[in-house]
Amino acid sequence: MSTNEWPLWEVFIRSKQGLNHKHVGSLRAADAEMALQNARDVYTRRSEGISIWVVQSALITASDPADSEAYFEPSDSKVYRHPTFYDLPDGIEHM
Amino acid sequence: MEHTYKFLLRIGDDSLILGQRLAELCGHGPILEEDIALTNISLDLIGQATNIYTYAAQLEGKGRDADALAFLRLEHQYLNTVLVEQPNGNFADTLVRQFFFDVYRKLLFEHLLTSTDEQIAAIAEKSLKETRYHLKHSSEWVIRLGDGTELSKERAQFAILDLWRYTDELFYMDETEIQLVSAGVIPNLKDLKPLWMEHVLSILNIATLKLPENQGFFGAGRQGRHSEYMGFLLAQLQYMQRVYPNMQW
Repeated sequence: MSTNEWPLWEVFIRSKQGLNHKHVGSLRAADAEMALQNARDVYTRRSEGISIWVVQSALITASDPADSEAYFEPSDSKVYRHPTFYDLPDGIEHM
Repeated sequence: MEHTYKFLLRIGDDSLILGQRLAELCGHGPILEEDIALTNISLDLIGQATNIYTYAAQLEGKGRDADALAFLRLEHQYLNTVLVEQPNGNFADTLVRQFFFDVYRKLLFEHLLTSTDEQIAAIAEKSLKETRYHLKHSSEWVIRLGDGTELSKERAQFAILDLWRYTDELFYMDETEIQLVSAGVIPNLKDLKPLWMEHVLSILNIATLKLPENQGFFGAGRQGRHSEYMGFLLAQLQYMQRVYPNMQW
């Protein structure tokens, strides 16, 4: 009996209203086609989506949590990068 | 009317009994993802049975509802094929049984879309979408098992040899079907068989699996004569309604 585990896949679903695919979870599958079918069966049972992406987890390069200070903190002090210094004309809504 | 009723029981019972078989696997699938997939298919089939029985009960006009048809008949009154009541066996047995059935079901529903009975055409249209996915799922697995490891191939091949004898019954026709064919309610099932064979062979070729060369066919489920497994299946299916009549939850 084989004890090899199938590779892990990350699943992204686009909902009916959504414009972008969102990460919803992961699953195991032997190949891409099976990963798609499994994603359909596991993550879209309650009409959650109209499009599915799957990608092997091993192919994702992630940032290291240990680097998070160096990566993300410097932008905390750069308030001028947010467009909050403009005077808005009257009558503009939803800003 | 009487013929339509009987035909509806035949295809409704196929759905219910196979749905019950697959439901037995809930919590026992080989992996979590496949466990959910098989349970989804089970629920699809039981949903199809509900639609079919509801219409059958209406035609019968004796005040019975879909639940009465599903839970309160005796073994010889069920008209499903012997194929669908066969035990789940190993994973290859389950998926080969499903594959043989799905190919037949897809062809049947496709041809029922043009039924002169609008209700049947509507049921076929709704069910066909589900069945197409079931077939995609079971075909993928037959290919994967057949063209997989030595062990998976051996099991898939054995399942085919074991279940093949029950497949001809899917195309069984008696007075009921003959009358309905001439009324344009159903297709001639004998014409579906070559299409079924062609589809089955196309998948088995990819899967590097073979059909038995010579083997007799068996199965009289369409006439209510079932295999030894049916009684046990019904005992489990009907237990609650028999012990607590009319119970609901």
